[in-house]
Amino acid sequence: MQYQTQNIAKTYWLGALLIFAVQVSFGLVGGLIYIAPNLLPVEYFPFNMVRMIHTNALIVWLLLGFFGAAYYLIPEESEREIWSPKLAYVQFAIFFLGGLSAVVGYLFHIYADNARSYLEQPVWIKLGIIVAALIFLLNISMTVLQGRKTAITNVLLLGLWGIAIFFLFSLYNPANTSEDKMFWWYVVHLWVEGTWELVMASVLAFLMLKITGVDREVIEKWLYIIIATALFSGILGTGHHYYWIGAPGYWQWIGSIFSSLEVVPFFGMMIFCFAMVWKGRRDHPNKAAMIWSLGCSVLAFFGAGVWGFLHTLHGINFYTHGTQVTAAHGHLAFYGAYVCLNLAIMTYAFPYLFNRAPYNQVLNIASFWITSAGVVFMTVSLTFAGALGTHLERVQGMSYMDAQDQIGLFYLLRFGGGVVTVLGALLFISSLLLMPRTKTVVTGAIPAAAE
Amino acid sequence: MSEVLTKSTARNIFYGGSLFFFVIFVGLTAHSRHYILTKGTDNAGLTESVERGKRVWERNACFDCHTLHGEGARFAPEVGDVFRRWGGEKDPAGAHQMIKDWMKAQPSGAQGRRQMPQFNLTEAQLDDLADYLAWVSRTNTQGWPPRPKAN
Repeated sequence: MQYQTQNIAKTYWLGALLIFAVQVSFGLVGGLIYIAPNLLPVEYFPFNMVRMIHTNALIVWLLLGFFGAAYYLIPEESEREIWSPKLAYVQFAIFFLGGLSAVVGYLFHIYADNARSYLEQPVWIKLGIIVAALIFLLNISMTVLQGRKTAITNVLLLGLWGIAIFFLFSLYNPANTSEDKMFWWYVVHLWVEGTWELVMASVLAFLMLKITGVDREVIEKWLYIIIATALFSGILGTGHHYYWIGAPGYWQWIGSIFSSLEVVPFFGMMIFCFAMVWKGRRDHPNKAAMIWSLGCSVLAFFGAGVWGFLHTLHGINFYTHGTQVTAAHGHLAFYGAYVCLNLAIMTYAFPYLFNRAPYNQVLNIASFWITSAGVVFMTVSLTFAGALGTHLERVQGMSYMDAQDQIGLFYLLRFGGGVVTVLGALLFISSLLLMPRTKTVVTGAIPAAAE
Repeated sequence: MSEVLTKSTARNIFYGGSLFFFVIFVGLTAHSRHYILTKGTDNAGLTESVERGKRVWERNACFDCHTLHGEGARFAPEVGDVFRRWGGEKDPAGAHQMIKDWMKAQPSGAQGRRQMPQFNLTEAQLDDLADYLAWVSRTNTQGWPPRPKAN
């Protein structure tokens, strides 16, 4: 670790890991309610509360992870300390306590006016998030402006500004449901299929730069090309959410064409990561970080790219919209693109932050395979549930609950995948907290059949 | 490749192109907003009761189990067209009452069946919610969802 203020990332990431554990645990509870609906009393564990915690905790910890990544990599890129460490800790306190109190509130069924999916937070917590975001942007913008400017910090900053700006639409909740839905996607879609991709691409570029030792000029050029394809496809790709909500019919064509192209940036990132690793001259000792980075690009390509394309054409989406196909895509896309990204940068940075290099990576690498296998199994189960459910309900005309009864087996399988995922996540967290020292570097850690 | 496309060219394409697509997107959403408020939805029929019903829907996080126009969670049935499915086009008063009665009868406690909580809504809130579900059922959803006749 070259700069003292990179230590700020520690606080953010430990907070993120705690909420990560909450997120996956409530995912398991949700999966349990599907297979045993009478087990937990509905007065205390209604499904809506469980889902709210599962999704909100996910967003809170991923954002904490992004903030931590920014505090870790910006000093190295800008070649200077963070502008104000004190503000960084104030920001953490506001964001972490805000996120945590929202989640605890949900637990006691304290829901909010103007709640929408993923945006269930009470307005005072939304305002706290905005204040924290402003403090963050001020802090990192001052750092970047006073230091060396690189494409990586440039893109990261743009992505983080975009996240904050589009979040402002969460405060706009018109009475007309269709208009509400249209602007709701300004937050949700332009986050995960826009600004978050900028964060993802820049953090991956940083990791590739450090792990492979490939020339910065090459990496940064490809970074711009990849994010160009991300935004060119992703912005108008928002149209794939406007097919059936009361908006004009032309979105069926615009959405189909542009969102089909959303595969391109994810394909680009995958090829980029593998090409850089092949090209790289450096034999970096942190094999675990390399596996998470490559895994991130591959699983993002399948989850966000391929599984997104599966149901994005309007002729197909007409049948699959609002079925478990969406849930299947959502799980693998979030895991591949954003969970793996966070776990990759944490795996890369923790040994430096805790002064533990080289360390025994076996637990960490095992957690990658276990967690990823769990999520992939959940995704495949939900895809079957979705495809079969679509056929029974939307083609054969069976009622919703009758169709659901027919696909119970897949919910059971999904729960099994969920158990494996939680075990993998807990293993990952403990592997970072323990980080056993070792004298020998793990060799041959990347199995030949990496994909 | 490095001669054909330099880093600064790639950067300029990114900024220029993104701005271009974003401007088009904002223009199209502005048009879509106008369409929604004039043709896509029954904006004239958006009474205060419908708006209050929307707030009941939000306050109780109904979307975290149900889908509405296909969006939300997939734990429970679609409600964008529940008013029509329950015969609201022929007998609006009957469908309105059915929604209220359904809400009051939860949870069913039936074994092996997903449970809906009891939200303890007032009569006025139930009326607002039913008005809201009636209103969304009149939105032009381009024919979605497909409701084939069961054999």
